Amino acid sequence: MRALIAKFAAEVVLLFARAVTAVRATWHESGLPRRRSVYFANHSSHGDFVLIWTVLPPRLRRRVRPVAGADYWLRSKLTSFIGRDVFNAVLIQRDRDERKDDPVAMMAQALDEGSSLIFFPEGTRNQTDAQLLPFKSGLFHLATAKPDVDLVPVWIANLNRVMPKGEFVPIPLICTVTFGAPMRLASGEAKEAFIERAHAALLALSPKQAGGSE
Amino acid sequence: MSATQYDMFLLVLGIFGVLLVASLVGYVLQRRLSPDGSNAAIENLNSRINAWWVMAILIAIAFVAGRIGVLILFAFCSFAALREFVTLTNTRRADHWALATAFFVVLPVQYFLLWTEDYGIFSIFIPVYAFLLMPIIAVMRGDTQHFLIRISEVQWALMICVFCASHVPALLTLHIPGYEGRNVLLIAFLVIVVQLSDVLQYVWGKLFGRTKIAPNLSPSKTVEGFVGGVASATLIGAGLWWITPFTPIQAGVMALVITLMGFFGGLVMSAIKRDRGVKDWGHLIEGHGGLIDRLDSVVFSAPIFFHLTRYWWAA
Repeated sequence: MRALIAKFAAEVVLLFARAVTAVRATWHESGLPRRRSVYFANHSSHGDFVLIWTVLPPRLRRRVRPVAGADYWLRSKLTSFIGRDVFNAVLIQRDRDERKDDPVAMMAQALDEGSSLIFFPEGTRNQTDAQLLPFKSGLFHLATAKPDVDLVPVWIANLNRVMPKGEFVPIPLICTVTFGAPMRLASGEAKEAFIERAHAALLALSPKQAGGSE
Repeated sequence: MSATQYDMFLLVLGIFGVLLVASLVGYVLQRRLSPDGSNAAIENLNSRINAWWVMAILIAIAFVAGRIGVLILFAFCSFAALREFVTLTNTRRADHWALATAFFVVLPVQYFLLWTEDYGIFSIFIPVYAFLLMPIIAVMRGDTQHFLIRISEVQWALMICVFCASHVPALLTLHIPGYEGRNVLLIAFLVIVVQLSDVLQYVWGKLFGRTKIAPNLSPSKTVEGFVGGVASATLIGAGLWWITPFTPIQAGVMALVITLMGFFGGLVMSAIKRDRGVKDWGHLIEGHGGLIDRLDSVVFSAPIFFHLTRYWWAA
């Protein structure tokens, strides 16, 4: 019963996301991502992972799990239902002091089980004027733990205008989700070099904005 | 079968016939010139023809569903068009409530007012009430940067995508003596003439186009395409007099006005795209770009056609 409601809720979310954003994916020339990937994306809205989830073909969507903050998603019964049952999120503890499980180990385990991940390497929502915040080291540690998994940069454009911080009514605007070339940790690559390379790869996908002036 | 239903049946038969011929031509061209899908012009032609099938079928369904069907169809078009338009504007966070009002209050209210058929309010609701209310909502946030640009963009978006577009279904509210119950055919006349004019300009331009008519705005438009397209669409419009309250000559003049407004509307909308640095308004329709790319000429001709018809023919 719970699973059925979750499935129905997922369809409602898909329909709603498409109605508001008419979202369209631009795939990399290497084609659709292979089965097991880590999609790492810019993060400016709570709806970010929903858009990636929406544009993925159903075959890939079934196997993808967003990585999200446990503090946010476990704060009420409803949010934990949405986080756990609808999106099957990998819920990690962002606050170091309250950690019981190692986030990287949890993500690696999800990958071992055959899932793909949606991951926001900025660590938090970007509410500044900068296009992209500096990355936290999570992506590097994940790449070190699972060097054979493709890391796919994904740029989400316009969603921050659909629902800016502090607003609760979404404005219908067309959003795009651009997938970049898959990358991996090079052997012997240092943390700073890798993080910088991943940051540049993601930023390179950001379109020259046609609208919006923030 | 009533006279209206009979005319409608003939019209639908004619349109589907034309589309069938177009599909056949597209198929033969593809087999001959682009068997591996490499000729972009022919691939584009075929996806356009397919999109026209979808449009014709959607409009036919709306007509069968009656007044409510037509209103819902155009309300949806307005919504999708407004979504494309606002995407390209300079709106800021401070415009959030003004935009929410445009989408979720002004748009539904405008179509509701059309449902009530009260000309006194639906013809001024947006230019008077919405245009004054929206900047008031925006100014409450106290953000003055680019204020004039921002409010103008939102007003122009509403004008084009909601106000002008809603004048297509507004044709249903006209009471023309001797034409009772046939108003839906006026919509058919407008849409057919505008779309045919677009197609014929494209075809004439492809066949004989030499001289660019507006190289800065729309490099694919040519004088030959313009003259040929407008002249042939005007003739076809005159030939469709039997579905209108007009005489053949009047129908031809109306068709000429519609095609001219449509042509210049297309230029205006191209200029906006150039300004915003995009090629298409969106990606809703395969082969056509966004919805506004297909709607631009209808949007400009609909209010003029509505008011001319109302002024001279309506009771």
